[in-house]
This record gives sequence, C-alpha cells and structure tokens, in this order.
Amino acid sequence: METLELTQEEQFQARIDADMRIEPKDWMPDAYRKTLIRQISQHAHSELVGMLPEGNWITRAPSLKRKSILLSKVQDEAGHGLYLYSAAETLGASRDQMLADLHSGKAKYSSIFNYPTLSWADMGTVGWLVDGAAILNQVPLCRTSYGPYARAMVRVCKEESFHQRQGFEIMQTLCEGAPEQKAMAQEALNRWWWPTLMMFGPKDADSPNTEQSMKWRIKRFTNDELRQKFVDMMVPQAEFLGLTVPDPNLKWNEAKNGYDFGEVDWEEFWNVVKGNGMCNKDRLGARVKAHEEGAWVREAALAHAAKRKQRAEQEAVQQVA
Amino acid sequence: MTQHEWPLWEVFIRSKQGLDHKHVGSLHAADAAMAIQNARDVYTRRMEGISIWVVESKHVHASNPDDAAAFFDPANDKVYRHPTFYEVPDSIKHM
Amino acid sequence: MQVTPSETVSLAKYTPEVRQQLFRYVLQLADTSLILGHRLSEWCGHGPILEQDLAMANIALDLLGETRSLYQYAAELEGQGRTEDDLAFLRLATEYQNPLLVEQPNGDFADTVVRQFLFDNFHYHFLQQLQTSPDERLAAIAEKAWKEAAYHLKWSSEWMIRLGDGTEESRQRVEKALANLWRYSGELTTPTATEQALQSLNLIPDYAALLPAMQAHVAKVFEEATLPVPAETYMQKGGKAGRHTEHLGYILAELQYMQRTYPGLKW
Repeated sequence: METLELTQEEQFQARIDADMRIEPKDWMPDAYRKTLIRQISQHAHSELVGMLPEGNWITRAPSLKRKSILLSKVQDEAGHGLYLYSAAETLGASRDQMLADLHSGKAKYSSIFNYPTLSWADMGTVGWLVDGAAILNQVPLCRTSYGPYARAMVRVCKEESFHQRQGFEIMQTLCEGAPEQKAMAQEALNRWWWPTLMMFGPKDADSPNTEQSMKWRIKRFTNDELRQKFVDMMVPQAEFLGLTVPDPNLKWNEAKNGYDFGEVDWEEFWNVVKGNGMCNKDRLGARVKAHEEGAWVREAALAHAAKRKQRAEQEAVQQVA
Repeated sequence: MTQHEWPLWEVFIRSKQGLDHKHVGSLHAADAAMAIQNARDVYTRRMEGISIWVVESKHVHASNPDDAAAFFDPANDKVYRHPTFYEVPDSIKHM
Repeated sequence: MQVTPSETVSLAKYTPEVRQQLFRYVLQLADTSLILGHRLSEWCGHGPILEQDLAMANIALDLLGETRSLYQYAAELEGQGRTEDDLAFLRLATEYQNPLLVEQPNGDFADTVVRQFLFDNFHYHFLQQLQTSPDERLAAIAEKAWKEAAYHLKWSSEWMIRLGDGTEESRQRVEKALANLWRYSGELTTPTATEQALQSLNLIPDYAALLPAMQAHVAKVFEEATLPVPAETYMQKGGKAGRHTEHLGYILAELQYMQRTYPGLKW
C-alpha cells in the first residue's frame, strides 16, 4: 500500500513537471488539495473584502463616468471572488464553510485592504499600484497546475486589465490637473507605496511554504522576485506621472539591471496580518454584517424553491391520477 | 448561522450563434430561473454570450479518471479514422 | 405646436417654450435614474449573497448609463454649455426632480426589492411607450433602456414572489416594506404641469394609459407572491416638483462632495 501511494504521488508530480493540468477528479495529495483550498479561498476572500475600500468611494465619485467605471470595477471584483470560490468548490470546499472561516478570522485575505481609502486619489492608486501588484501575482497563475484555478485566473486577468488602466488614468488626470490634485495623488502614493510592496508577502527566507508551492506549480515566482519586478515596473511609471516614490533608498543598480530599494517595515506587516491594521475590524465587520443580514433572504429563496418544487410534484401526481 | 447553502449550478454559455455551449464555471442559485439570471449577471457582463444553459452540479455525471486509459487510449491507434491517413493523388481535387 | 406620433422631431424644431419644458422633463428622468442608481450602488459589497451583489450592481450600471444619456440630452436642450456632470452634481436639492420613491433608503433587502419593483413596473411600461415618442432622442434612449428595464422588472418581480411566498420572516419583511413604500408609488403616474404639457403635445406617454398594464402586472405578481395588493392609501408626492423627503440632502452631500469641494476641476 505504501509503495502504491508513493507511485501515485510520483506520477502526480511527473504530470506537474510535464506542465500538465490537474483536474478535479484526478488523484492528488491531500496537502496539495489543502494548500490549494487555502490559497484559492484566500484569494477569493481578498476579492470580496477588496470590494469595500473602493466601494467606499462609489457614492462620492467625482463624475458620472468615474462613478460608472468604479462601480463596474468593484462589481468585477465580486465576479472574481465568485470565480475563485467556484474553483475552490471543485476541490470539495463549500462556499459556506469558506465564508465561515473568513468570518471567524481563521482564513486570511490580502492585508492591503486593511488600509483606509481617504481621498479620491486612492481610487487611482489602488487601481494603478494595488491592481498592478495583484496582476503580477495573478498572470503566472493562469498557468498554475490546477485546471479550474488556472481557468478562473485566465478570466480574472482578462477582466483585470482594465482595472489597472483606469487607475493609471485617474492618476494621470490628477497629475496633469490642478496643484491640489497633484498633491492629492502624491499623498495617496505616499500612503500606499509600502503597503503595496507588502502585498507580495514576507521575504523568501521567511516564507517556508514557497518551495513546496513552486514544486507544485501553484506559485510560479518567489515573493522577492515579484517584489523586485514590481518596483522595476512601477518606478518609471511614477516618474512619468511626475510623482516621487517615498523611498530615500531607491536607486538604479546597473549591475543587477534593477532598482535597489529600502526595507519594508516588517513589524507593520505582521501587525496588520495579526489584525491590528486600521481597518481589519471594520472590513471583517462589514462582511459578517452583510452575510448575517442576508441570511433570511437566502432562506426565503430556498423555501420558495422548495414550495415550487412540491407544487410541481403534486400537479404531476394529480395528472397521473 | 445557517449552513443551508443555495445549490451549486454549472454554467454553459454559447458565445455566438453557430458555436457550442461551453462550460464557463459555476455559481449558487436557489432555483433554475435564478441560476440563469445569475449566470447572465456573472458570466456575460462583457457580451460573452447569447445563450445560457445551467445544470445543477449534482446532476453532472463524469467519467472516472482511473478509467481514462481504458476509455480513451484505444482511440490512439485508429489513425485510419482521420482523413490524413489516406493518400490522394495530387490531380484529384475536391476530396 | 401639436405633434402627431407619426412625425419625428429633433430639438431644432421646438419652440423655446417646449424646449424649456422638455429640458425640465428630461432632467426629471435623469435625476430619477441617477438617484435610484446611486441608492443601488450603495449595496455594492454588502449584498445578501455574491450573485445578487452582482445583479444589483448591473441594475445600477444600467440606470447610470441611462442617466448619462439623459443628462447629455438635457444639456443640449438647455444649450447653455452645461455638461452632464454640471447637471448631475451642481444643482440645489430643490432643483432635483426625482420622485420620492427612488430616494428612499435601501433599508433591508425587502425594502430595496419593493422600491425596485414599484419603480420597474412604471419604468418598463413607460419606456415601452416612450419608444414611439416623436422626439427621436427620447425614443432612442427609451429603446435601449426598455430592454434593460425588462430585465430589472423580471428581477424585482421574481424577488417579490420569492420573498412573499418564502418564509414567514421574508413575508413579514416584504409586507412591512410595502406598508412603507406603497404610498410613494402614486407619484410616478401623477403628471406634473410640465408632464401634462408634454403629454398634450403627444411628446411623452399618457400615464393614465399605462395604468391598466401596470395594475395587471402588480396583480399577477402579488397573486404569485400570495401578497394582498395594498388598499388605497394616501399617496405622497412632491419630489417631481423639487419638494423632497429628508433623505435626498444626504444623498447629495455624498454625491456632490468632490464637485463642491474642488469646483471646476476635471477628474
């Protein structure tokens, strides 16, 4: 039995090494299933909670055009959450259980959403920086080893591409606008730059699961690799906008063909992860409230569907009789 | 808190006239009418479809991956089922 | 000027007086879609289930799209160089002409569904007729919006039925919502002086003619929902004349915040 199990696992790994996809009914190691459920549901939760900081500005958007764009963007995030919950459900997790884990604090979501959105420029910054960081994480996942996850990510990435652009467009409009608009943009960048760098997770040395996840191809680059890529990508864009990246240690390094940059405040990072961010309680509170206040609605729909079904069955019986 | 979840439905979308319905994902809905509407709201926000099928996930029966070899490998050596197996003289047209 | 339905007219042909009336009226339609879209957008991220969060955002987006077409047309009718955003964001509360119904708070999901159902039932039947308006711009806007409204009405009708014929709790909640919101439904079909003037020119539908179809739909949905159709009640009105409930001021405080704080800037 022992040897058979080993063979299965070896076969499984061989398929992954050959870049073949794993599909829901295929055999997979328990740890792979568990890690995936954790990763995908965490990602889904991030989309769901991520609706809140931007949703915060829908009613205050400064023009009808911006209002429509922002609403459709936040709605997309609901869609992305849904695609991802669906992918996790193919692994045997129920959405109810995943939500219960989110609500109890057992499951995590991206810490970035525990920061407040304080000005309209935050809508630009979140789209440009935060979605930019998310895309770097997500594009490689379109080729991840688990089929339903990869397919969900293809859909997410396709839709996500407008998100970053609309964010950049907001920033560009601000930076080309009045002095107080430019100041608003800079102030937002100052607040969001470091938390965005934290989105890639702890340093590789402090990320013990990375190696196994890379082997399973459910993660395709390390945290530090992605962070470096992000800085290299974003600094020229900030320069284009005429904004200053708030890092005195930021410097081009010709030898590594990339930027050197300062150290992330890891104490802040772990604090926010532990629940001590400014908005952790509010964000989770809002999700729990929506879920609890929606319970009677979900119950009513089920009760009505059951009544309908019963009536249809009764009619069928009467027709036979 | 109730554990009473809306059933899961699989969604199939025809992206344009003349093409097959293709599986696009799943969602939760209390009944079939709602599942179709939810599918419209979730999966066709960017003109991805012109027709929707939904089927409750529990009604989908799937082949077992363990049978994959027995099911699908035998078709491997039936090359004569494919037109390229046959050599047709160059002078023969429209075949 | 008497216009028969077979002719189409474009704004160049209107007398200044009709043009002014039409401007006022198109603003009223735009305000209505704006305020209801605004209310629905407040649900985004807080819906009872993810799938319905998406559904409500879709309805809000449809309404916002209709809003923009209408304000753009209104701006042209006015001809003073104001933009859609000037009209949407920079007027006084008393200048907004949306009916009272659409500014009522979201409340619980039953309140939102009832508000939506009452509005959709009017909106759908109204737009159906507006498509034949001799005003070609209004007819074109109506043609697009009517298809959207058909979906909205389907959504809100089905939820009325689910909530009415669901659980004891959902039934109580929907009855409570009806008891509160029904009194705002009459304003939708009670014409103002401006509306009467435009109706007499056959530029917009006669609301009385919409009532039989609207009532028939209510009867059908309420029967399936096992809900009694509310008895005749005193109908509140005033929104279309710029006299609002207390809720509108708070909507505008958020809606206008950016435009008022940073006058004259581009976003």
